[in-house]
Amino acid sequence: MQDQQLAKGQETLFDAEEMVLNMGPQHPSTHGVLRVILKLDGETVVGLDCDIGFLHRGVEKIGEHDTYAMITPYWDRLDYVAAVSNDLCYVEGVEKMLQVEVPKRAEYLRVILTELQRIASHLLWLGTHAMDIGAVTVLLYCFREREEILKIFEDFIGARLTAHAFRIGGLWWDAYPEFEARVRDFLKILPSRIDEYETLLNANRIWLQRTVGIGILPAEEAINLSLTGPALRGSGVKYDVRKAQPYSAYPDFNFEIPIGENGDTYDRYLVRMEEMKQSAVIIEQALDGLPEGPVMAKVPKIIKPPVGEIYHSIEGPKGELGVFMVSDGTGKPYRMRIRPPSYINLQSLKRMSIGHLVADVVALIGTLDIVLGEVDR
Amino acid sequence: MQAILAILLLVAPDWVVSLTRERRPNTFWAEYILWPVIQILVVLFIVLTLVAYLVYLERKVSAFMQARLGPMRVGPWGLLQPLADGIKLLLKEDIIPIKADRAVFIIAPIVSVVAALVVLAVIPWGATWATIANVNIGLLFILAVSSVGVLGLVLAGWGSNSKYSLLGALRSSAQMVSYEIGMGLSIIGALMFAKTLSMSGIIEAQRADGMWYILFQPLGFLVYAISALGETNRAPFDLPEAESELVAGYHTEYSGFRWALFFMAEYSGMIVTSAVAVTVFLGGWMLPGVTGTSLFGIGPISNPSLHTFLSIIVFAGKIMLLIYAYMWFRWTWPRYRYDQLMELGWKWMIPAGLANIVLTGIWYVLALPKAQGGLLGFMREVNKRLVPTGWGMVYFIGTAFIVTIPIVWGLLVTINRRSRDFNLHDQRQLQMQLRRERLEKMLQEQPRPAEIAGQ
Repeated sequence: MQDQQLAKGQETLFDAEEMVLNMGPQHPSTHGVLRVILKLDGETVVGLDCDIGFLHRGVEKIGEHDTYAMITPYWDRLDYVAAVSNDLCYVEGVEKMLQVEVPKRAEYLRVILTELQRIASHLLWLGTHAMDIGAVTVLLYCFREREEILKIFEDFIGARLTAHAFRIGGLWWDAYPEFEARVRDFLKILPSRIDEYETLLNANRIWLQRTVGIGILPAEEAINLSLTGPALRGSGVKYDVRKAQPYSAYPDFNFEIPIGENGDTYDRYLVRMEEMKQSAVIIEQALDGLPEGPVMAKVPKIIKPPVGEIYHSIEGPKGELGVFMVSDGTGKPYRMRIRPPSYINLQSLKRMSIGHLVADVVALIGTLDIVLGEVDR
Repeated sequence: MQAILAILLLVAPDWVVSLTRERRPNTFWAEYILWPVIQILVVLFIVLTLVAYLVYLERKVSAFMQARLGPMRVGPWGLLQPLADGIKLLLKEDIIPIKADRAVFIIAPIVSVVAALVVLAVIPWGATWATIANVNIGLLFILAVSSVGVLGLVLAGWGSNSKYSLLGALRSSAQMVSYEIGMGLSIIGALMFAKTLSMSGIIEAQRADGMWYILFQPLGFLVYAISALGETNRAPFDLPEAESELVAGYHTEYSGFRWALFFMAEYSGMIVTSAVAVTVFLGGWMLPGVTGTSLFGIGPISNPSLHTFLSIIVFAGKIMLLIYAYMWFRWTWPRYRYDQLMELGWKWMIPAGLANIVLTGIWYVLALPKAQGGLLGFMREVNKRLVPTGWGMVYFIGTAFIVTIPIVWGLLVTINRRSRDFNLHDQRQLQMQLRRERLEKMLQEQPRPAEIAGQ
């Protein structure tokens, strides 16, 4: 018996015992209050369970008690590093119910703000992801650029983090006079800064060793796990809501959808880096073609959508962010259901982590780019 | 005031040394008690202050690399920050977890810091009187004592009774033990030239050979520098305290001054490894132009203390350069994973160190004087010591850079050719599958409780 096991290359002297390691909810790299229960054999992960709900605020239930306009600020706080994108999803959903035609200028400004937000969100992701893997300096560089975006937001919207950008039917205000120049200034520096990150990471041996071949998800499995966003595109599936079901002013712009090949952590990293560049391209086009006109459509003071139900989804920085609403004809939704990309992407963590080391789990949480505000709602 | 201080500094050491030189019976106290105690106190004071300011320096260096300012509030440019930190750490509540092993928990930081500080005794800080103890096995002593430091980390990890600490301690023991081997192997090439283990002796040997050993041993220096990073747990090898994975590794449960002791141990470990690198590879306290009798051609200078002070400054300057490199690496590179770290240690550093020894030995034997059986005769005997001639230096530098490095590189690539195909994930999946099968088999063999009840 022992000889057979030795021939198989196994340890026989001692029986290995699994250690249960509680990672989180207070842990530097679980990106918030995620609790990961790891079963470890040495440092190898043999089991993983995610415990979520520490940040549950019942946004969906709150939605049933508030009027349509009152719900909007709650959406800022879902994915709190991409508040503008969240707003876009909800506001467009309600507009779809009301069948309101939003003015062209408002649509363009929305696209500019959303794409800026996508860059900001990806910058935060890059910084924290790199820091999880140990490259701390990248975080500070990313925050330097993110700060520029937040300043633009602050002057436009009045808030930096939970920027309450849009209202049903358009925008709160028109862009301030220097807005265009400031965004263009930012776009001028962005490519050189992205180059800077890429010189730090792209060909770095340690970075490659830590990311290439880690957490491989083949395209089929990624689809089966219903991943969306860069996590799906990293596996080579060309699905982007902006192209698949165009919304807002996106049909007007030319841009590429970057996809990966192997579906590992490095490919997802490359996809997100390329997405930042593509976002810059979209903003450039939107600024060039920014039409004149009003930024607010005619919307009744009290919003009472007709009886019915809609599903609207947009391409958030994390993936497909959707809202399903049922209206019973009153001023409040009968039911509001959010499709949070982070929550659904997080389900792939177990599939990806098993067999890897503890250090890789941290890298994989980073590569999924989850925000716990959105996971727990 | 300053003039008096300067005179005291320049004259007093010579006076004490002259007392010891004359060897009168009543100078026993001066020779064996007074002077060593003065040396110890001065070295400890300077090193501990330096450690505090290295933390400040690290914060400043990282800040400048990251487009920040770093500490600015306490004192001008935040210069008093280390003082404030020290006071804060002293006044903090000292927490010992209830389930911790108290004795082990308390001993661990002490072991760590003592091991780090003891080795300061044999480091040649400067010429003549600036070494506390010129032990003839100084280098061996440093390697031996600094490997005791790992015990501190293991004890801390065990005594804390916390899983993160335990994982950190496991990692650190494996890591420090493996990188010590690489470190030990890397300096043997230089020792072939120096033929002594005494720290001052190695510096004197470099003076006699007329060349810093980094030029004879570039590969040895490279292996030493990488292993030293691993040995001191600095990034990119800071796995034992990888903050993003293990919170703080082995010192997760420590707070207050016990925690500060670990910190002190880490930074004085940096000073010690840099000092060894400077001594063995970078010519110690010697700099072309700074000699015992003249300073960049200005001279003659007859004050030996002035020379000693200059040599201390040179030594400190070289150490600071290396420490700057340490910080530079830390804030530039991501962290290795545990298995990759072990692979680097065992598959790259140790073979490289071994190959370096073999090749250096071959070059050395070939270069022996013809009277002693060498083929090329690039060495001559001076004061009963073999010293390379002018062509000998060219030969040693040439072989080191042009022949040794490519050969070792080729060798390592051949050894590790297959390791790129080695897919760790698949290997683990296989092991886990075997494990699952074994578990199922065990369950089948044992009748289930329900079945037993049924019978």
